[in-house]
Amino acid sequence: MHRVEADIREPLILGNKTYHQITEDVCAPVEGKAGKMWYMVFSLAALLALWGVGCIFYTVGVGIGVWGLNKTVDWAWDITNFVWWVGIGHAGTLISAVLLLFRQRWRMAINRSAEAMTIFAVIMAALFPLLHMGRIWLAYWVLPLPNQFGSLWVNFNSPLLWDVFAISTYFSVSLVFWYIGLIPDFATIRDRAVKPAAKKAYSILAFGWTGSAKHWNRFEEVSLVLAGLATPLVFSVHSIVSMDFATSVIPGWHTTIFPPYFVAGAVFSGFAMVCTLMLVMRKVLHLEDYILVKHVEYMNIIIMLTGSMVGVAYLSELFISWYSGVEYEGYAFMNRATGWYWWSYAAMMTCNVVSPQLMWVKKWRRNLTFTFILSIVVNIGMWFERFVIIVTSIHRDYVPSSWNLFHPTFVDMGLFLGTIGIFFVLYLLYARVFPVLALNEVKTILRTTGESQLKQLRAGEHVTVAEGSKH
Amino acid sequence: MSTVIYAMYDDDHVLLEGAKKVVAKGLQVKDVFSPFPVHGIDDVIGVRKTRLAICAFLYGLTGLSLALIGMNYFMIVDWPMNIGGKPNFDLMQNLPAFIPVAFEFTVFCTAHGMAITYFLRNKTLPGMKAKNPDPRTTDDKFVMEIHVDESKEAETIALLRETGAIEINKKAA
Repeated sequence: MHRVEADIREPLILGNKTYHQITEDVCAPVEGKAGKMWYMVFSLAALLALWGVGCIFYTVGVGIGVWGLNKTVDWAWDITNFVWWVGIGHAGTLISAVLLLFRQRWRMAINRSAEAMTIFAVIMAALFPLLHMGRIWLAYWVLPLPNQFGSLWVNFNSPLLWDVFAISTYFSVSLVFWYIGLIPDFATIRDRAVKPAAKKAYSILAFGWTGSAKHWNRFEEVSLVLAGLATPLVFSVHSIVSMDFATSVIPGWHTTIFPPYFVAGAVFSGFAMVCTLMLVMRKVLHLEDYILVKHVEYMNIIIMLTGSMVGVAYLSELFISWYSGVEYEGYAFMNRATGWYWWSYAAMMTCNVVSPQLMWVKKWRRNLTFTFILSIVVNIGMWFERFVIIVTSIHRDYVPSSWNLFHPTFVDMGLFLGTIGIFFVLYLLYARVFPVLALNEVKTILRTTGESQLKQLRAGEHVTVAEGSKH
Repeated sequence: MSTVIYAMYDDDHVLLEGAKKVVAKGLQVKDVFSPFPVHGIDDVIGVRKTRLAICAFLYGLTGLSLALIGMNYFMIVDWPMNIGGKPNFDLMQNLPAFIPVAFEFTVFCTAHGMAITYFLRNKTLPGMKAKNPDPRTTDDKFVMEIHVDESKEAETIALLRETGAIEINKKAA
């Protein structure tokens, strides 16, 4: 077999793995019992989720007057949380689609879980605009449906409507992409299942997958085309989210750099969340042989790159506010940095501009504890970024008499923490019943990137992938 | 009477080489079942390139047309609204504002149309029964399915053993 790899390239799968061993390792958490740790984290998440659900019912029942919004700050935590969650939801499809097009083999260990994260994060995101509608039972009014008002249609010139289309397309396409990849792995669990109930459940989930040559032929084509479609989709979604602000005339919002700046920020926070989740998951589910320091390092490089883009965007915004000579614009930015909300601006600058620069040090970006802490710091920073953009831009109105601050109520906090709870409940359930690693796809890279296979390859021996193989 | 022979391999490369030898002998490999795509097998056993991508393109065109026809009707023909003085009397002039939705709807129709076609063509739908000959083919085994005349059975089995098959099963077709 011909060699395509440099000798210094690190393996992507550690240990002396065979195809069967990969199946065993990935199916173990699904087939085994949950540990104490899982129950503890799950209970905590469920408690938070319950508080969130309570606040959702309270909001729907009483109206959004229970939030801290006022006449001046009429968009605050709800939209902040919305943009934050959508941003987090950007890494999954980026990993599975963009990295697939670039033929990055390291994506295979993390794409499944990153996509799951995407889907759950987008669900959390979609909750906020729905709740902000106040009368959620009229949510179908966002669709262009014939109605008794003559027919009065939705406004296709409005970025808010573009958002409806963007988010629903993104959510449903990501879901389909994820599920098509899951089917062969569900089939693996189905064919191994011993308990009749599990066998039945996984047979339904596996859609009768057989793994015949023709199936795989179509599978690869569908994956490729969906990846090609999802790639512009990922970039379009956060661009459109940014247009909710950019097409307005509020100083601090109407900037043309918003779309790329938001997309970079989304990828930045999304990868940080993937790091947070993966670092816990590899430990708890014993996947240390598949999710390696190498993967973490690659993700950290992406965090560093997109973090730097975000930094450049902040600085060019500042520069332009001065260079434009527009008084309102200049004031909006001065006020951000030095006004009442200076602390949120400082938090954003430290977490998003300074902290990713630490990743230039190879030793730090390969350190798992450091990465874990930094990934959380990044997501705190990205929440503050949205808060800064939204609240500080509008809390100083054109007329000083209407200047105001935003004070979140317990419902605001409950909704935010509650969605974190619901997100983790969904994610933890996913980690128990779904194959958290694209196990069959990982098998395709074993021959060329497995540790023992690489050794055999480099020694010029025959590469073994099967148990007790004599080949 | 013909027989169906299932030859099982534990290594995708051995199977691929085996399939080449079997085809060279003039036998037809009916199908191959594997836990992951075996690259190169399609050409050997004569699986034609799927036309799903062409379908996807057509679904995309449909989506784009529907989006444009819809927006033209809603915003230009049926109930033109003056929103910030944006042009509301002509599709072409209002087009920039319609690009995002047109794009999203194109992707929506392409992706879902393709996914549905994929499921139907594969005959993989919820509740379908799996027809893989051996449950191990979704784990680490690779199975080649060959249909031969009963008279050639022994000869074929010998050939398959020679190619490195670890297990051979047969059933009457």
